[in-house]
Amino acid sequence: MMAGWLAAFVLVVPILSTGATTLAHGVPRLQGWLSLLGSYLLLVVSVALLVVVLRDGMVVLQSGNWAAPFGITFAVDSLGAVMTVIAAITGAACLTFGLGEIGEAERRAWFHPLSHVLLLGVCGAFLTGDLFNLYVWFEVMLIASFGLMTVGGTKAQIDGAVKYVALNLVATLMFLLAVALIYGLTGTLNFADIARSVPAVSNRGLLTAAATLLMAAFGMKAAVFPLFFWLPAAYHTPLVSVSAVFAGLLTKVGVYALIRAFTLLFTHDPGWTHTLLLWIAGLTMVTGVLGAAAQTEMRRILSWHIISQIGYMVMGLALATPLGLIGSVFYLVHHIIVKANLFLIAGVAARLTGSMELKRIGGLYRSAPWLGVLFFIPAFSLAGFPPLSGFWAKLVLVRAALEIGSWWIAAAALVTGLLTIYSMTKIWAEAFWKPHPAGESAARPLGEAPTVMLLPISALAAGTVVIGLFAQPFYVVAERAALELLDPASYIAAVLGGAR
Amino acid sequence: MWKRAADPMELPLVLLIGLLTAVATWLMLSRNLIRLLLGFGVLGNAVNLSIFVAGRLTRDTPPLVPLDAETIAGAFANPLPQALVLTAIVIGFGLLAFALVLAWVAYERLGTVRTDEMRVAEPPEEKA
Repeated sequence: MMAGWLAAFVLVVPILSTGATTLAHGVPRLQGWLSLLGSYLLLVVSVALLVVVLRDGMVVLQSGNWAAPFGITFAVDSLGAVMTVIAAITGAACLTFGLGEIGEAERRAWFHPLSHVLLLGVCGAFLTGDLFNLYVWFEVMLIASFGLMTVGGTKAQIDGAVKYVALNLVATLMFLLAVALIYGLTGTLNFADIARSVPAVSNRGLLTAAATLLMAAFGMKAAVFPLFFWLPAAYHTPLVSVSAVFAGLLTKVGVYALIRAFTLLFTHDPGWTHTLLLWIAGLTMVTGVLGAAAQTEMRRILSWHIISQIGYMVMGLALATPLGLIGSVFYLVHHIIVKANLFLIAGVAARLTGSMELKRIGGLYRSAPWLGVLFFIPAFSLAGFPPLSGFWAKLVLVRAALEIGSWWIAAAALVTGLLTIYSMTKIWAEAFWKPHPAGESAARPLGEAPTVMLLPISALAAGTVVIGLFAQPFYVVAERAALELLDPASYIAAVLGGAR
Repeated sequence: MWKRAADPMELPLVLLIGLLTAVATWLMLSRNLIRLLLGFGVLGNAVNLSIFVAGRLTRDTPPLVPLDAETIAGAFANPLPQALVLTAIVIGFGLLAFALVLAWVAYERLGTVRTDEMRVAEPPEEKA
């Protein structure tokens, strides 16, 4: 029972933070501190939840004490708990960074309350055990992200937001239509109950169609090939703290939903769904990395790399072997930390040199060598250099592919890793190595960046190193999450109880 | 699992959903942002009707438990789709309201509602 309350607190904390930061809107300093306090409190509660889940197994909360499948169920397995912790880490890091970046105008545009609504939506999506509830959390997250994207109101932001909003609206309706079809076929919306009912559905064709529609909806949120166009159009435009949260978290909620749907709900036709996912994974990796090679603006390069990295996570899911899913989970954890950090570093680099555009900047290695070190860690982790976290993530995935003889996807993964180095070297050579085009003094020393910006960057970089050097405990957790995913029967039993 | 004969109203409703989807698709293919959003509104209605039909159309008593009883005697209409559709309508309304304001701001700041003329975030290749 206590454990159920803990799961509820993960949602209550961001709700309270939203309320508190809204009420404190007229008192800037108080609002900032409340916002920060809320994000760290969320971190504490979500870590506690993870500890409980790892110790005692799945936490199930039936809201209002209505037994599943009649009430709204929250079901937290290892994957959900891990994702919640990572979401809280990202939120805390980016809100800390935001203290240095957010000016009065941005604060007045409701940056703090919107951030907490976003975290609420993300955590809700990770915890829920109900398909329609998942839709609602997606929308909570979406409307907050719309607001955050336009904080600042520059022309580029409005332009990016138009594309982001338009494509996400379409994905929303696809999701809702899939929900309608699944409800019509199975008569239920509870994850566990759907999973139990799927084998008995007589209209297999429509079931696969609904599953594919759901794949398209989640795929658009996750920015997989060929549905990713909204991402590079939008992710480089908002504030740095906002784009770092988006880059780290939002697409990964789509990946999480894909993993949930295609391990728990729809494993009835893997010949179609999982083969399709494997093709999507390969094409997503390659197009993403090639798109990045053509860019010369830091955040646009990094945005394209989000797409290519999503391919790796989908790849592990598509392989659907224990090792593949371990790889996916490990990759999710590694990637969110690294990618959010790279966006934050790009923000500091732009602050010290005056631009995100590589042609117009340089000289950072001379003026701020420590930023070079901080960039080096996530950048080479992203490319998969040992002993950083990305190496282990890629190693597990490539090994999983080789194990079942999917040679071409393993080759695509390795080539993508190689091309990732090209992009990271490009940022290194242009922003750090070459002299600043406007003269040596145009690149400012690291000391001129606010400490609140450097703290989260250092902490996230330290996290990347720790995951790399002490990979074993993280691997064990990922393994446990993966094995739970491959055992839907115990999920169903935990939610619905042994009877019926 | 469901075991009921289809109601005769099912076919007209399904045809209406098809018609709305076709209209919405046509509107959303436009490069004009306003038409795209109108298309979103129409498609939203089509999807909401699908939820309604997916919950099965029946001619039974309303799902209201009498004051002196614990349960409803006999067959009653499925109340769940209405709750789902109501939620979806509210969410769709919120999203559409935001999107319309965004379109208005885009028109004010970018001076156009044509999506192919919005190239600020992704400018065409710089001329060397």
